[in-house]
Amino acid sequence: MTCTRCRAKAEVHLRQHRAAFCRACFVPFFQRQVERVIHRERMFALDEQILVAVSGGKDSLALWDALTTLGYRTTGLHLALGIGDYSALSTEKTTQFAQARSLPLITVTLADEGPGLAIPSVAGFTNRPACAACGMLKRHYFDTIAIERGFPVLATGHNLDDEAARLLGNVLRWQLDYLARQRPVLEATHTRFVRKVKPLLRCTEYETGVYAFFRGIDYVVDECPNSAGATQLVYKDVLNRLEAASPGTKLAFVQEFLRKGPALFQGALAPPAATCSRCGQPANGPLCAVCRLIEEVERKRERRRHDRAAADHHPRS
Amino acid sequence: MQITLLPKRQHVELSGRHRVRDVLRRLDLLPGTVMVIRGDELVPEDEVLEADDVVEIRSVISGGT
Repeated sequence: MTCTRCRAKAEVHLRQHRAAFCRACFVPFFQRQVERVIHRERMFALDEQILVAVSGGKDSLALWDALTTLGYRTTGLHLALGIGDYSALSTEKTTQFAQARSLPLITVTLADEGPGLAIPSVAGFTNRPACAACGMLKRHYFDTIAIERGFPVLATGHNLDDEAARLLGNVLRWQLDYLARQRPVLEATHTRFVRKVKPLLRCTEYETGVYAFFRGIDYVVDECPNSAGATQLVYKDVLNRLEAASPGTKLAFVQEFLRKGPALFQGALAPPAATCSRCGQPANGPLCAVCRLIEEVERKRERRRHDRAAADHHPRS
Repeated sequence: MQITLLPKRQHVELSGRHRVRDVLRRLDLLPGTVMVIRGDELVPEDEVLEADDVVEIRSVISGGT
């Protein structure tokens, strides 16, 4: 197989584009795809400061690398989730990536926040699935840090496969409000929110993996231990089977939804009416969902402390 | 050939030479879900892996929410 561009030996075959690339031609091809999405969707301008959410995985680090190579002004934001060795390695790889390229990085350690918000302890105290707690806290801290530090926009490494799997899940349950919010650019609809953008929207997981490999990015290959059996992985498997039978299915699924979706689902967008008295973000009651979660952790941690103190004071014989 | 599957860290040995496409089929892996890495190069599906090759097959599927 030869490179579609230069006829050198190809290392990558992209069926959905009916193209093959050598290493030297793939890297600019990938970067151009990212740049085209940024321009077409008017995600941000060259002079804006962009906060990039980086986990230490291939997608977010590939995104950060592509944005800096394209000349954008970026700062990384990493949440240290406290999920054992997995999180420790994720923080290490992210820090090394930033240091090697002299890029600014903000690291927030959830265990040091509020009553202690490491994901396993939040999940344990609140009986919530770890992934649900993790998603809520990530969204909350992304907005909070971006606002506090004055960034107008937050970029995430969601790729085509993530968006296709999310779309399939939303369609299977006809979650109209989620479908209305599934956009490449989510404008800031509140003073405590920032614009959120997904520049890897047209890139498959395979393409981001290949880009990270060709660029020598040392990322976390292991998956989060909490992701085993996750529904999103089932959706991805189904979509990959469809893709193998009919290349281009994932791209058409997402692209056509983005083209036709706004007219169909925009009416389902209903912003929360109230404001959280604790953090100031939109809420459906006196507190937003994250602050309710944090208060629950505080309450239960205090109760446990109290119970332990009582047991120490009145030890059973 | 010796194959290491990541992130599972599973080791597989296959005798003889095989096309990448056939190796993936044998391991029940879909194209586009893994990178086949030999040394510092990626090996596309239509290429042949030799009997003495040492290969890493790395999953590109991520996610969990």
